[in-house]
Amino acid sequence: MRRLFARRKSSFSALGAPELRNAERELLYFRRRLTIAAALIVVGAVGLLGRFAYLQIFQHRHYQTLAESNRIAIVPIVPNRGVITDRNGIVLAQSYSAYTLEVTPSRVKNLDQTIDELSQLVEVQARDRKRFKRLLEETKNFESLPLRTRLSDEEVARFAVNRYRFPGVEIKARLFRQYPFGELASHVIGYIGRINDADVERIDDWDETANYKGSDYIGKVGLELSYERELHGTTGVEEVEVDAGGRAVRTLSRTPPISGNNLKLSLDIKLQQATEAAFGDRRGALVAIDPTNGEVLALVSKPGFDPNLFVDGIDPTNWDALNNSPDKPLLNRPLRGAYPPGSTIKPFLALSALTSGKRTPTQQIFDPGFYQLAGSPHRFRDDKPGGHGYVDMMKSIIVSCDTYYYMLAGETDIDVTHDFLAQFGYGGKTDIDIEGELPGVLPSRAWKRERFSGKSYREEHRKWYLGDSISAGIGQGYNAFTPVQQAEAIATIANDGHAYWPHLVRAVENVKTGAIREIAPRETHVLAVKPEYLALIKSALVGVAREGTSARAFVGAQYVSAGKTGTAQLFSIKQGEKYSAGKVDERLRDHAWYIAYAPADHPRIALAVLVENGGFGAQAAAPIARAVFDYYLLGRTPGAASDSPRTGDDESD
Amino acid sequence: MHKFFALLGRLWEHLGRRVDSFLMAAALAIVGIGLVTLFSASDQSVARVTSQAASLGFALVLMWMVANVAPQQLARAAVPLYAVSVLLLVAVALGGTMVNGSRRWLNLGIGRFQPSELMKIALPLMLAWYFQKHEGRIRFVDFIVAAALIALPVWLIKRQPDLGTALMIGASGFFVLYLAGLSWKIIIGLTALAAAAAPLVWPHLHHFQQERILTFIDPERDPLGAGYHSTQASIALGSGGVIGKGWLNGTQTHLDFLPERHTDFIFAVFGEEFGLIGATVLLVLYLLLIGRALMITANASTLFTRLLAGAITLMFFTYAFVNMAMVSGVLPIVGVPLPLVSYGGTALVSLFVGLGILMNVQANRKLVKT
Repeated sequence: MRRLFARRKSSFSALGAPELRNAERELLYFRRRLTIAAALIVVGAVGLLGRFAYLQIFQHRHYQTLAESNRIAIVPIVPNRGVITDRNGIVLAQSYSAYTLEVTPSRVKNLDQTIDELSQLVEVQARDRKRFKRLLEETKNFESLPLRTRLSDEEVARFAVNRYRFPGVEIKARLFRQYPFGELASHVIGYIGRINDADVERIDDWDETANYKGSDYIGKVGLELSYERELHGTTGVEEVEVDAGGRAVRTLSRTPPISGNNLKLSLDIKLQQATEAAFGDRRGALVAIDPTNGEVLALVSKPGFDPNLFVDGIDPTNWDALNNSPDKPLLNRPLRGAYPPGSTIKPFLALSALTSGKRTPTQQIFDPGFYQLAGSPHRFRDDKPGGHGYVDMMKSIIVSCDTYYYMLAGETDIDVTHDFLAQFGYGGKTDIDIEGELPGVLPSRAWKRERFSGKSYREEHRKWYLGDSISAGIGQGYNAFTPVQQAEAIATIANDGHAYWPHLVRAVENVKTGAIREIAPRETHVLAVKPEYLALIKSALVGVAREGTSARAFVGAQYVSAGKTGTAQLFSIKQGEKYSAGKVDERLRDHAWYIAYAPADHPRIALAVLVENGGFGAQAAAPIARAVFDYYLLGRTPGAASDSPRTGDDESD
Repeated sequence: MHKFFALLGRLWEHLGRRVDSFLMAAALAIVGIGLVTLFSASDQSVARVTSQAASLGFALVLMWMVANVAPQQLARAAVPLYAVSVLLLVAVALGGTMVNGSRRWLNLGIGRFQPSELMKIALPLMLAWYFQKHEGRIRFVDFIVAAALIALPVWLIKRQPDLGTALMIGASGFFVLYLAGLSWKIIIGLTALAAAAAPLVWPHLHHFQQERILTFIDPERDPLGAGYHSTQASIALGSGGVIGKGWLNGTQTHLDFLPERHTDFIFAVFGEEFGLIGATVLLVLYLLLIGRALMITANASTLFTRLLAGAITLMFFTYAFVNMAMVSGVLPIVGVPLPLVSYGGTALVSLFVGLGILMNVQANRKLVKT
């Protein structure tokens, strides 16, 4: 271990004095080591040079691209969403720009602390925090999320001064949607909401992913949903140079966005207003159509909701209130509510009987107050004790005689009835331009077989019985129609058998060019019925409003209207069972229908009204139709139509 | 006027007697590049450049003084300088100023001072003095003592924490041992030992130090976190290409993508704006300076000056190499500035003191016949 430091044997050790020799050897040895170090230095320098050449020559293009993509950010410019106006140009949905306070979570170290500090400058409520937390959970990427929306100018200024303290927090101008009429026509207009995973897939299916860069909102319900692609517009692009903090330094190029198209509706918001007022607090639906072209004039679903609540993302309290309410305010009743049509089906069945030859107009039956099938003790009862006596077709509609239709149903094959009624659109979709429509049920043998095809059913469940036909004969049983189907059906009658596609949007306006693309009325088909039969039914419907079941509601009207009342019995009690005990009775009351049109000779408006649990159609539904006609035809605005006092004469429908 | 210049010339002749003009020219060329790059890196801050120039003035004065003292006085200063440096490092550990989570600076009232910079000179000086003292009869004990002399400051600096500087200081000590003739067996043995000890050292490293090493192995691992510096520096260099983007035109630099761009990463700024040509020129200037320093070392008269000059020369290269290798993504990120270029007064002063020592050695050389 003595010779830790190496000693080389010198080849010329014999030369000179030992001390000098030793020193010379030391120096030689030192220089050798220095030479090795120098060689390593050269190797290192060459290595570095090689590395520089690799980066700056061979990889230059790659790194140049990276530097450019560092430097240049493609910023989408979200287009203005189209405006929705009613038929008279009154704005129903519009966009406006407002400041939001946005946080990019990936760039904030302590989120809670940052929000606490921000709340000293800008009001941040618990509600805002909750919403932000939820957005945070929903999003995975690095985008910025709004913490507060609609900042005041003062708040913007206060934040701007303190901005340096908050990396990753910024003020952005965003477009917001506003629905000036709130709850009014909420089911028609719908609302927009933040784009979720399902929406992303939808956008992908349209092949519009690029166009939705930067868009945070998309139509979720109503016209906002069904006309999303008209309303959205084309996203613009801005190429900006950004610094490492992501802040734009300067704009390099800009392609402006193209605003979404405006929608002009056939809906008359004033009529809608009068109609909803006529409903008061009652639940139900109304669809009013111009029978000559299919334009929807009013479409009511009561109760509604305030679509403005949804724009920023609805808070849990409001959501729970809407979602769990027994009144189901989020249910679009005209399209998705399928109710038994009750007696409103009678004119259609009469027309079917005329066409098939089962009945002639003058043929009479005797109504003892009930109908009994041969060999069965069960009596199908008429509404009027003791019966209506001798009844012909005209009278059967005017007084709404059940026995007449029990008998007719007993003699008619259900499939014949099905095929005839299908012409009116029952059991299928009307294709109205709002999504989510349900087809309802127009029963037939095939339908029943299919409906009970499940393993838990047996053959006897699938078979069609005569009893099924009898129930269906007065619009009960399996029948379930939506208000929009009913409105379309009565409009077709009103328009002498010419059916038009029901639609809400009359025209689409290109904001940039001002060009207006009219949506032409589309005649879908003509009923296969003889005009004289149709005329007979129409005069019977006039009789209903003049002297029949709805006459009381139309006393003193300055026009002649035609209509048919209906009362849908609730065969499903389950629906009511979960409601609180105190409400059960009310919820189990019958639904009231009225389908009508006016003026009777040249109909300008046809409608279907449904009042849930309203009781008799004549009492609850017909007065609403009266109010709508009065407003539309005469410009009169009545107060809320109230239940008229019950009288013995009107009880039958 | 003419007389004035003549007087100035005479004065320079007198003052510059012991200033090596080749070394001086190379050093000033590099410093010049540094100031030009600093102006760009600091977003055209005149104050920054002025501050660096002021440090340069002070450094030149110190260099001149060091160049002009007698070599014996250098040797005499070794022990006290080492002792003072160690004491200052202890003082830093007890009451230093925290910056970015590490305690490296002493606040002197007039400015901050980094005692580890002093140690860069003090340790080789101390070791060179020690080996000179025991020349001709170096034994195992001396090796232990030398190792202890190295280990003490390395440990103190490592716990600041400043792993980069600690390694550099350790390297400067090692260079003295190497030049003093440390057996190859021990060098290889130590290298093997260090490699074997790496897994044992790993758990004792700070989290950010572990991150840096992991990131070096795979920079894409965390491109927005620890890998960010390395990635952005490579982009800056690579996008500079052969001729560079031009002075003040580096996008990586001026849009804030490059971190630490006037200190440790200033070479990325230079490489982005002046390209491969600029980088080559700078590298050549370093090689000229180092080559001259190697010549001086080779001709040094005593073991003490030889070891001291050699260690300083090798350190100079090591700093330049480690920094450029780190910026170009060949080595992990360690906090090592680019000598004479990076912004920082203390480093500049210690580098010029080192150059002063080289000039001193050169001035006192004694040609040895071979």
